[in-house]
Amino acid sequence: MDRSVDPEIAAHHKPGTSTTGDGAEDSAAVTGADGAAASAAASAAASAAAAIPAPAIPAPAMPAAGEARVVARFEIPYRACLDRDGRPLGPLPSFASDVELLRRMYRTMVRARTFDAKAVNLQRTGKLGTYPSCLGQEATHVGVGAAMHPEDVLFTVYREIGTKFWRGVELYSVLMYWGGDERGTIYTRNPQDFPFCVPIGSQLPQAAGAAFAMQIRAERRCTLAFVGDGGTSQGAFYEAINMAGAKALPLVCVIVNNRYAISVPVSQQTAARTLAQKAIAAGIPAVQIDGNDALIVRQVVGEALARARAGGGPTIIEALTYRLGDHTTSDDATRYRSREEVDDAWRAEPIARLRNFLTARGAWNDTEEEALKRACAEEIDAAVKQYLATPKQSTDSMFDYVLAELTPALRAQRDEARRYAQRS
Amino acid sequence: MAKMTMVEAINMAHAWEMAHDPDVVVLGEDVGTNGGVFRATVGLQQRFGATRVQDTPLAEGLIAGAAIGLAAQGIKPVAEIQFMGFIYPAMDQIASHMARLRNRTRGRLTCPLVLRMPHGGGIHAPEHHSESLEALLCHHAGLRVVCPTSPLRAYGLLLASIRCPDPVIFLEPVRLYRFMKQEVEDNGEALPLEHCFVLREGADVTLVTWGATTVESLKAAEQAAAEGISCEVIDVASLAPIDHETILDSVVKTGRLLIVHEAARNCGVGAEIAATVAEQALYDLLTPVRRVTGYDTIMPFYRLEHDYIPSLARILDGIRAVMGD
Ligand SMILES: Cc1ncc(C[n+]2csc(CCOP(=O)(O)OP(=O)(O)O)c2C)c(N)n1
Ligand SMILES: [Mg+2]
Repeated sequence: MDRSVDPEIAAHHKPGTSTTGDGAEDSAAVTGADGAAASAAASAAASAAAAIPAPAIPAPAMPAAGEARVVARFEIPYRACLDRDGRPLGPLPSFASDVELLRRMYRTMVRARTFDAKAVNLQRTGKLGTYPSCLGQEATHVGVGAAMHPEDVLFTVYREIGTKFWRGVELYSVLMYWGGDERGTIYTRNPQDFPFCVPIGSQLPQAAGAAFAMQIRAERRCTLAFVGDGGTSQGAFYEAINMAGAKALPLVCVIVNNRYAISVPVSQQTAARTLAQKAIAAGIPAVQIDGNDALIVRQVVGEALARARAGGGPTIIEALTYRLGDHTTSDDATRYRSREEVDDAWRAEPIARLRNFLTARGAWNDTEEEALKRACAEEIDAAVKQYLATPKQSTDSMFDYVLAELTPALRAQRDEARRYAQRS
Repeated sequence: MAKMTMVEAINMAHAWEMAHDPDVVVLGEDVGTNGGVFRATVGLQQRFGATRVQDTPLAEGLIAGAAIGLAAQGIKPVAEIQFMGFIYPAMDQIASHMARLRNRTRGRLTCPLVLRMPHGGGIHAPEHHSESLEALLCHHAGLRVVCPTSPLRAYGLLLASIRCPDPVIFLEPVRLYRFMKQEVEDNGEALPLEHCFVLREGADVTLVTWGATTVESLKAAEQAAAEGISCEVIDVASLAPIDHETILDSVVKTGRLLIVHEAARNCGVGAEIAATVAEQALYDLLTPVRRVTGYDTIMPFYRLEHDYIPSLARILDGIRAVMGD
């Protein structure tokens, strides 16, 4: 039987109030970026939304006998501030009048991109290990950083250097991490932030735990956790968001939908039309945003964090972006995606967009751009020098942090490792 | 006959078996279009179609669990876990079900399948990509654990694993994927499981090893020979169940045992071998058994990985030590 209501019909909801279960309705609707809610932002979202498949969701069979009614209805709003060229799509969020904040966001995005290119080069010349480029995702990463408070706690995956830089992690530390040295996880600012997390999805239950601690102590702090599109397939993702919903934890989860998990496109990862809608099953408000629009990232993440801080519970935000680079320096993305697709994604990239916006408002100019590029290059060169000049750790470091104290057996092994290190 | 690397031989074994057994299906993360991150499954999707070679969603618990379901339905899954460090989400499926489906149904249901994965370190990979976790699997009755160390053995042992009626965990030492080339005939001939391979015969020391440390062990044996010490080098190859007989026979002959493995020492497979020798050949030993292994630490980030992995120098000292020097 056909559904009685067009599933594309959806009102524009504000995040936080958008996901509602309604026991008395006669149909269910899930509207993604390709639905009515996105129409206002259609041009900005066009490339972003196009890669999300929209398989027809089969209409539930209405039984010929017995009672049948729809007991819940859900919607996924889509939000964006700027179009691809940096033109406002509507009224701007109030923080947009804080020009210094916007300029700082822009500078951090450029800093992340410049660092990223240098890191890829270092890997190519054998001076860095495998490195995952953040190219194209800077607005999501920096927008999240800008929305967080220093006392919040951050759980990243491995690509979000823009967020780390915003929170004071040094370029040097990131080089050390990908250069195969544990000291790259030592953060002097925001020391409660977790290090990069390589096992996909595993950071999320921990993030739920950190949020649980904040709730138990009735603190006005939040936890923010990133996860990739691929990461939303892991059991740990579902387990964590389920608990976050059940206990109304102060957790904001940002799904970075960069369209791929290595070579696997989102369309092969899930039949869900949006990744945001995974929140629905956990009873969590969900919103999809243009992740290449730094303004909407800052705004929507900020709203979610504020609500979480006030005891309003978790939010899941799906940021639509695109991984413009290879998965890592070990990957060759030409094996699985077309040149045209990447070219098209470049037209929606986040940095030019924010620069256009700032320039149009007289908040940025070419002289500043040149000065920023020079400053980034100098800062990065200094960090690279420091990294390359850092001797590797002693073999003792393998043993020093295994347990709070060395056991006799470990001490003997430590001494053995020392002997061989001295000989070589 | 073509000369090929170990990863090419692994690919060839997949292809042979898929061509000869229509029930063989390949699944895992990035195994299709991309051909696997090490290219072990490259070309298989083009050749055998998108039904028989499929990318899965990113979830190791799913991969292991789905392989069980597939196998119980008569499909022969050859599933890839992208790196051994990512096996943990799959451990529930492996330990609670894969290992015991036959036993708990008194043989009514079984799950012959292969779960392949890169094993060990030494290639400057990021955190969590260099783990040696064989002991975790060997501890579970109901699994076979196999670890080839050459193109020839990879080809023959993978064929044997796919044809085996039991679930097989197939560990592929990353350091050896492209370490050397060997002529491998594509003849579909399997090598025996539960069988050690004697890589070098010798009279004074039995050097038992597996995985990538076979390379340094053979080098050490070579150098020890120059010192007048004759080492018999045994590649255990099948870590569960182990062919203890070959090891015991060798120890009875040499009277000395050195065990070398990359995994941490504590509760490692080397401990099981040492204990078996103590139980069954103690009085044949001329000197105490020794182990040269990874340390009981977390596998370090890559700058120190070669301080962790047993080095030639440590193995040579181990040989000298069991000689009583
Ligand atoms: C548990 C686990 N399985 C497999 C991998 C190997 N791996 C590294 S990144 C990746 C894809 C992740 O995709 P996604 O979550 O979309 O994040 P992205 O890399 O796109 O940022 C995979 C499969 C891993 N790191 N962890
Ligand atoms: Mg992704």
